[in-house]
Order: sequence, then structure tokens, then C-alpha cells
Amino acid sequence: MNVKSNASLETLTTPASTGVPSAIAARRRRRILVYSLRILFLVVIIGGWELATRVGIVDKFFWGQPSGIWEQIVTWVTQGTAQGPLWEQIAVTLEETVLGFAIGVVLGIIFGVVLGRNQFLADVLGPYIKAANSIPRVVLGSIFVIGLGLGIQSKVALAVVLVFFIVFFNAFQGTREADRNLLANARILGASQRRLTTAVIIPSALSWIIASLHTSFSFALVGAVVGEFLGSTQGIGLMIQTAQGTFNANGVFAAMVILAVVALIMEALVTALEHRLLHWRPNTVSDVTI
Amino acid sequence: MTTDSSTLTHNILNQTTSAIELWDVTKRFLTPKGQAYTAIRDVTFSVAPGEFCAVVGPTGCGKSTTLSLISGLERPSAGSVQVMGEPVQGIDPRIGYVFQADAVFPWKNVLSNVATGPLFRGQPKAEALGRAHEWIARVGLAGFEDRYPHQLSGGMRKRVALAQTFINEPQILLMDEPFSALDVQTRILMEDELLHLWSSLKASVVFVTHDLEEAISLADKVCVLTAGPATVKGIYHIDLPRPRKVEDIRFEPRFVQLYQEIWEDLRNEVLISYERQKQRVS
Repeated sequence: MNVKSNASLETLTTPASTGVPSAIAARRRRRILVYSLRILFLVVIIGGWELATRVGIVDKFFWGQPSGIWEQIVTWVTQGTAQGPLWEQIAVTLEETVLGFAIGVVLGIIFGVVLGRNQFLADVLGPYIKAANSIPRVVLGSIFVIGLGLGIQSKVALAVVLVFFIVFFNAFQGTREADRNLLANARILGASQRRLTTAVIIPSALSWIIASLHTSFSFALVGAVVGEFLGSTQGIGLMIQTAQGTFNANGVFAAMVILAVVALIMEALVTALEHRLLHWRPNTVSDVTI
Repeated sequence: MTTDSSTLTHNILNQTTSAIELWDVTKRFLTPKGQAYTAIRDVTFSVAPGEFCAVVGPTGCGKSTTLSLISGLERPSAGSVQVMGEPVQGIDPRIGYVFQADAVFPWKNVLSNVATGPLFRGQPKAEALGRAHEWIARVGLAGFEDRYPHQLSGGMRKRVALAQTFINEPQILLMDEPFSALDVQTRILMEDELLHLWSSLKASVVFVTHDLEEAISLADKVCVLTAGPATVKGIYHIDLPRPRKVEDIRFEPRFVQLYQEIWEDLRNEVLISYERQKQRVS
């Protein structure tokens, strides 16, 4: 029995038939329309805000002003912030976020897989994990600041706690949902218990774990920034707190814009990681929000 | 459990005659509600070395349970299961198992899927990959080594599963309705392919199916199970000559005769099982 090569597939995809050029043109028109409407949307929102503050409908002292926000960003970039150069603040927050994210993910995967594989342990620890998960864990930030000080440790700890539970539950569920047929097949093919975990359980739990990385990264950022709010000497969170303390609404918004840019860049990196790790899947959900 | 003397006589018998032997095997499961559910009861049959044995029975009668007992994935509640003259204890490396559902690893491409067994069994990587290439060619998938399962058709995925199992050169081959998810044409092709591969392997086969036509066209021996809890209702020897062509053999007079004979036996069990399902629904 021979299976034909994929040469026949190529003939199906050549754009030879009539009507194709017009379909391509229609698709291009639609794309241009979508992009122009997106830009229009932004112009209306930002422009409306700017206009409302200039005319005096909205008080720019309390609610900020787009041009003022822009000036604030330019000032930070050129002259630095009250705590030092802007890039240093970004670097500090990023360091806390990435460290907290990495530690939280690793711990989450380890505990998730171990408890997913061990029903007895899961039965014993189950209620405590559920209870710990139901507490609003941001509150722990205060404890970490008291216990670990104003440095990087308290922020990393808060980020770890936030990330851990998300990844843990996904890794746990992913391990539980590993296909029984795949497990049986691997055992018949000669897999030891260790190989069963590394070659079957973890790869099949991976799509669950990866799906949780998007959410958990933004939680890591929340952990770092909230940690900086609660007490720190550097970072974007401190910039926001300082701006708030001096009634500088533009400063708060400017820091928010910087945070958004950082978050989007990191999100793109997580998506790239996802594509690399899950290239075997037919369609991966790369964007959870839309 | 059997006494010492009877185990001894079993062993002597097995070494000379059977590759697989089930002796009064019963398997009970505990349902989530805490009740005991008997999947198979007092099943006794044997498969000679190199023999192709098909097991037919109504859906849900415990055919798959029988296979998992032979493979060592499950332990019997009573009775003895012996493979190559020894009681089954854990998973025997001489056994290959082709599952009903897709059991190829979706995150591995065709080449690493086929090489999985040898790698698990500690062969050097280069050797394992070399043999995998060989087996991929033998099942007609040369050129598809770097594809992932989701890029293949159902029939091609079954070929991967066959290569994955055959590369371990099993002496006992267990197949659990392997082709039931395929369309009729692909199925006949795969059945021929299986007979071809089997003739070079010389393995003892237990092939579970609910399709009597498939059972007769492939097997040397057809074992009919009753509606669950399953027990052996009858064993039929299929004296059709080999090599067989699956697409042609079903028109031969002897095939039709055998089919009628076994169907008489099977029909009642199918009806019983159907009535029970209706009662369960209502």
C-alpha cells in the first residue's frame, strides 16, 4: 500500500479559477476599513478627552489630560523620575515580575503535577489548597513588606503567591485529564513511571499550563506593582504612588501607559513561547481576551 | 486462586500448546456507587503460538476487559491468566496493544511516535530512529515522518499506531476494535495491511471486534462471548485458506456458511444486550 505524495494538494491551492482576484481585493478592502476604524476610535476617545478638559467640562487637575500625560512621559524619559532614571524603574518592576512569574510557574507546575499524580496526597491537602485559594492573597503583600522589607524580595514573594495558584490549578487539572488511552499505550510501549510523567503527563498538561501563563503573567505584574505600592524605594508602582501623593493625575496615567506597553510586550513573548511549545496543536488559542 | 498442583499442570500444558491461556477468569470492578460490577465471568480460552484469534460479542460485554487482563494493565479478580506459560504479573514487554481510540501521542510527529517504544525500552536514539524509518516505510507512510497526528487522516493515524506497536516486535498482539472508527473502504485496506504485517511477524493475536465479518475474514479462530457479564459461548475454527484477500473473501461460499453458523450464536446475545440497554434507558 502506498500513499500518494502531497503533490495533489498543491493543485488545490493555486489561484487559477476566476473570481479569486476580486475576493482578494474584497478582503484587502475589509482589512483597510478595520484598521482605519480602529484609528478613528482611538482619535475619538483621546481627542474627546483632550477637548473635554480644554473646554472645561472635565477638570484636568483631577482627571488628567492626554497632552499632559504625554508631557509627563517625555519629562520622565528625558529628565528621569523623582526616584531616578525611568528605565531603571521599569527594569526594577520587570525584574520583580519576571522573577515572581518564573518561580511561581515552576512551583505551580511541580505541585500541580505531583498532586495530580498522587490521589492520596491530593485528598489530604485538597481542602487547605481550596481555602488558601479563596483568600484575597493581595493582603499577603503587607505581611511580605513587614517580613521581607522594602527591597525586591517582598514584591517577588507577592507575585509568586499570585502566580502559583493559577498555574497550580491548571497543572493539576491538566495532569488529571491526561488521556487514559495515551497512558495505557505508553505503559505498554515500555514507559517507566518516571518516563510516564515526563513523556506523557507533562506534555498533555502543557496546553492547560500554557493557557494559564497569559493570565498568570498579568497577575505577576499586579503582584509587583501592588508590592511597590505597599512599600518600596523604586519601581513603577512607587511612581504611581508618588504621583498620587502629589495629586498628579497625569503622572498616574503616564505610569499606566508605561505599564500597558510593558505588559503588551511581555504578552507577545508569552504568545511566542506558546507557539513554540504547542506547535503540534491544530489551533491554539493565543489571545484569551479577544 | 488455583492450587499448586493444578498450576503445575497448567504450566506443562501451556509450554507445549498455548501462547495465551485464560482459565476461569472473572473480573469485577467497584462502581462509584460502591457496587460490584462483573465485567467478565469464568472466561476460559487459549490462543496457540502464531494463531489469530478474534473475540466477538455484543457492545459493552467486557471484550476490552479481557484484553486489559492479558496485557497486565488490570489484574483478574479470580482465575488465572497466563502468557507464554507464565502468570501475568505487570506489563509484559513481549506484548503489543493497538487501542480502539487514537492513542498516538499528538505532540510527537510520526517519526518520534513510531520510535517511542524502542526509546522507552532503552535503545540508542540513532538505532531507534533508523528502525522507525524502516517501519514507517513498511506501513506506507514514507514521506510523512515530520507530520503531526492532527495533520493525518484517521487511516494514516492507524498506520502510525500499527508501526508504533509492530516496531517492538511483539510476540503477543492485542487489538481492541482497532479499525472501528474508520470508514468501510479504509477499513478493508487496513485489514489487508494487518494480515500482511502479521504474516511476517508470526505473533499470536487476540483481535476484539463487534463486527463478525471482520472477525471471520481475519481470524483462525472466532470466540463468541455472551452479553455481559461475558463468558465464552462458543469457539469456531475458521478453515478459510491463507493468504486471504479481505475484500474478496466475504463472497466465498464457505465464508457465508461460517457467518450464518456463528451469527446464530451471536444474534441472541446481541438481542439480550439490546433489551438491557433499552431497560436502562427507560
